[in-house]
Amino acid sequence: MSAKLFEQLGIELWQAKRSNPSLKKRLLRYLRLLAMTFSSTSQTTPTVTLLLTFLVINIYGTLASAQPLEKYQPVTNERLLHPEPQNWLMYRGTYDSWGYSPLDQINRKNVRRLVPVWTFSTGVGEGHQSPPIVNNGVMFITTPQNQVLALNARTGDLLWRYKHELPEDLFQLHPTNRGVAVYGDKVYLATVDAHLLALNARSGEVVWDQTVENYLSGYYMTLAPLVARGKVMVGVSGGEFGIRGFVQAFDAETGKPEWKTYTVPGPGEPGNETWPGETWKNGAVPVWITGSYDPQLNLTYWGTGNAGPFMGGTRSGDNLYANSVIALDADTGALKAYHQYHWNDSWDWDEVSAPILLDVHRNGRDIKALVHPGRNGYLWLLERGADKIAFVHAEPFVKQNVFAKLDPETGRPTYNPERIPGIDKRAEFCPSLWGGKDWPPAAYNPTTGYLYIPANENLCGALKGKPATYTPGQLYIGLEITDIELLPQKEAKDHIGELQAWDMNAGKKIWTKTFKSHNWGPVLTTGGGLVFSGGTNDRYFRAFDAKTGKLLWQQRTNSGVTGVPSTYQVDGVQYIAVQSGWGVDAQRKQELLDKAFGTKTFVPQGGVLWIFALGK
Amino acid sequence: MQRAECEAENQAETLFCNQCSSFRCLSRRNLLKSVLGIGFALSFGEQAARAQTDPKKTRPQVGDLLVFALGDRAGQLITRQDVPSGGPPVTTYPKDPHSQIVRDGSRLNRVLLVRLAPEVLTEQTRSVAAEGIVGYSAVCTHTGCDVVGWENATQHLVCPCHTSTFDAKDRARVISGPAPKPLAALPLQIVDGKLTVAGPFSGRVGAEQK
Repeated sequence: MSAKLFEQLGIELWQAKRSNPSLKKRLLRYLRLLAMTFSSTSQTTPTVTLLLTFLVINIYGTLASAQPLEKYQPVTNERLLHPEPQNWLMYRGTYDSWGYSPLDQINRKNVRRLVPVWTFSTGVGEGHQSPPIVNNGVMFITTPQNQVLALNARTGDLLWRYKHELPEDLFQLHPTNRGVAVYGDKVYLATVDAHLLALNARSGEVVWDQTVENYLSGYYMTLAPLVARGKVMVGVSGGEFGIRGFVQAFDAETGKPEWKTYTVPGPGEPGNETWPGETWKNGAVPVWITGSYDPQLNLTYWGTGNAGPFMGGTRSGDNLYANSVIALDADTGALKAYHQYHWNDSWDWDEVSAPILLDVHRNGRDIKALVHPGRNGYLWLLERGADKIAFVHAEPFVKQNVFAKLDPETGRPTYNPERIPGIDKRAEFCPSLWGGKDWPPAAYNPTTGYLYIPANENLCGALKGKPATYTPGQLYIGLEITDIELLPQKEAKDHIGELQAWDMNAGKKIWTKTFKSHNWGPVLTTGGGLVFSGGTNDRYFRAFDAKTGKLLWQQRTNSGVTGVPSTYQVDGVQYIAVQSGWGVDAQRKQELLDKAFGTKTFVPQGGVLWIFALGK
Repeated sequence: MQRAECEAENQAETLFCNQCSSFRCLSRRNLLKSVLGIGFALSFGEQAARAQTDPKKTRPQVGDLLVFALGDRAGQLITRQDVPSGGPPVTTYPKDPHSQIVRDGSRLNRVLLVRLAPEVLTEQTRSVAAEGIVGYSAVCTHTGCDVVGWENATQHLVCPCHTSTFDAKDRARVISGPAPKPLAALPLQIVDGKLTVAGPFSGRVGAEQK
C-alpha cells in the first residue's frame, strides 16, 4: 500500500512540476517526511526502505535538474551591465573583458582543497575553447562542430543539447567555437558555416537562423557573439581565404540585420587609399574574438586580424584597419576611432584580442585605458575617448626584433627591413607567427591591480612568401605551407610558455611563471586572490597566487586546457569551470615544435568539462 | 556489398575495397553495370540521387576525364604530360565526356593527380594508378581542408590546416597529424591515350561531422 502511495505521489509530483510550484514544494516535503518515517521504523524491510529512498531521490533529482530551466531568469541590459557575482553571463564575464569574478569562497588559503565535483564528456574532438556561461544555475557550453549544451550547473545533468548540421563540403580550418552569448530568453551561437543562431534558452530550439555570409567564399565564425542594447554583434573569420572582414549587428529578438561595418574601407571611404588597386576587395582583416564594450561611451572595441595575402609587399600601404583596435558605435556601427598597432603586416600577427578596459594611473594622471598584450609582442597602453584612441605607451613583453623603434607620439613602429619576409624572400623574426600572445585572453584583477598575460617566449619563426591568385573559397595566404617555420631559441630548452603579471600603473612586470611547454591558456582571476590557467601540453590546469605567482594547486586533466575558465556560485557553493580539449592551433604549433626539437609529443584529444569546488 | 565480397570479386585490388561500407561499395562488375545503365540506382545509392539532381555535384564516374580545377587553365583537359613527374600534385575536377559537364559543383569532387615512378608505388597503389599517375581526393579527412601542401623529398601530401600528412606512394595512408583515415583514392586508367577515371573513389570523401 505504501509503495502505491509513493507511486501516486511520484506521478502527482511529476505533473506538478510544470503546473504548480507551490504544490510541488508541499508534495516534496511530504514525500521526504514519509521517507524518513519509513526509514526510522522497523515495519518495512530494509530493501523496501532502500527502494523507497531511491525513488524519492530519483524523483527529487529529476525535479531538481529540471528546476533551473523552469525558473530561467531572462538576461536584461541591466544584468549585462552589472552581472551578479554568482553568474558568468558573457565571454569574459563583464563588458570590460577583465576575466575577473569577485567570488572569494575559493581563495589562496583554501585552494589546495579544490577537487573535481563533476565532469562531462562532450564526445567531440578538437579545440574546446568556450567558457561555461552560467545564468542562475543554468550553464551553456559550446564545442567544436557547433554543439551547444545546456547543463544544470550544480548537478551536471544535461538539460538539452543542440547540434548544428554543417555542410559536408565545409573547409574547416579552425574547428572550434568560443561560446554563446545570452540575452532575454535566448542563447546565441555563431557557426563555422557563417550562420548566427538564436536558440530558446529553455529548450534549445532554434528561434531564428541568419546567414551572415557565404561559407563557400571562406567566411566562418568561431567567436562568442557580443550583446549590447538589444543587439547581437559578431565578426567574421576567413582571413586565410581573402574575405573582406566586417562586424555586423542583428536585432536580438528578431534576427533582423541592423548594421554592418567593414574592417577594410571601400572606395570613397577614408582609409581605402591605404590599399593599392583592388587589394581591398580581398583584404581579409577578420574579427574573430568577442569585442569589449564601454557603456558610457556606447562604443564597442574590436581587435582586427592581419591583411591578406600574408606578405605585406603584395599590398603596399598601411592597410587600414588591419592589426588595429576599432571603436564602433553600438547603435549605428559607425567607426568612431581606431588605433593601428602595426601597419602592413607580413608576420600573420592578428591583433584580434579585444582590448581590456581599465583605469590606469600613469605619469601622474588617470587614464581611461585600453590595454592590449599584442600578438606582435608589445604590451599596448592606449587612452580611449568618445572620438579618439590615443597612444600612451608600449613596450615588448617578449623578445621582439621586428620593431626598430616606436614613434613616441603615435606609437607607430619602424621596422628592421631584414625582418620583413616577402615574395621569395625568407626572413626570420621574433616572436613567431603565433606571437607573444595569440587569442587566449589575458585577465585583470582589481584587487591586485595586475594584468595577467599568457605569453610565449624564446620562440622565433620564419616565413617566405609566394605569389597568390584569388579564387573564392581557396586559401589566399601566399605562402607554401612548408615555408612556415618555427625557430626555438636556445633558451627554449628552458621554457617557452609564460604567465606574466604586470602592474599597469607602474608599467612593471611583477612576476613570471615559466612552463617548458608553449602556453595556450586563457586566464581567469578571482576575488579570492587567484589566477587560474591551463594551456600547456602536459594537460594541467593550475591555480596561482595572484600576488606572488606561487603555484598553489594543479589538476591533471584528460587533454590540454585551451578553454576559457569561468567561475560561478549555486546554492552558496562556488565552482570553477573549464573545458579541457586540445586542438586547432595548439595542436598545429605542437607538431611544428616537435619537428624543430626532434621530439614527439602526444596530447590526447576529446573534450571534457571539469567542475571544481572545495572538498573537505 | 561487404568488403570481403568486394575483395573476392576484385581479387588483388584491395585498395579498391579499402573503405567499403556495408551499403556503398562498388565492384568492377557493378561498375560495368552502371556504365551500361543497369543497376545504376542500386549500386550508387546516394550518389545516384545526387546525379539525378545535379550532375555537377555527382562524384567522379567511370569514363570521366579530368580537367584543371584552378588557375589560368581551369576547365582545360589534363593530358599525361600536364602532371609533373615527381610532383607537385595538380588539382583537377572530373568531366563527363558525353555531356561535357565539369563536376565542379562540390569541392568534394576535387582530385589530386600525382605522377611518381611506378616502382616507388606500393603494389596496391600501382594497381589503381595509370602510368604512375595516382588520383586522390583533395579534401582532408580531418576537417575538410584542401590538401595543398607537397613535400618533395618524402613525396608526402600535406594539409595546410592541421598538418595531416599522407603518403602519396602508399594509398595516401596517414603518416602524421590528426586525419583519421587516408584520402580516398580515385582509380585511373589510360583509355585511347587519355587519362580516364576507372572507378569511383575508394571511400567516403571529406570529413565526417562527429
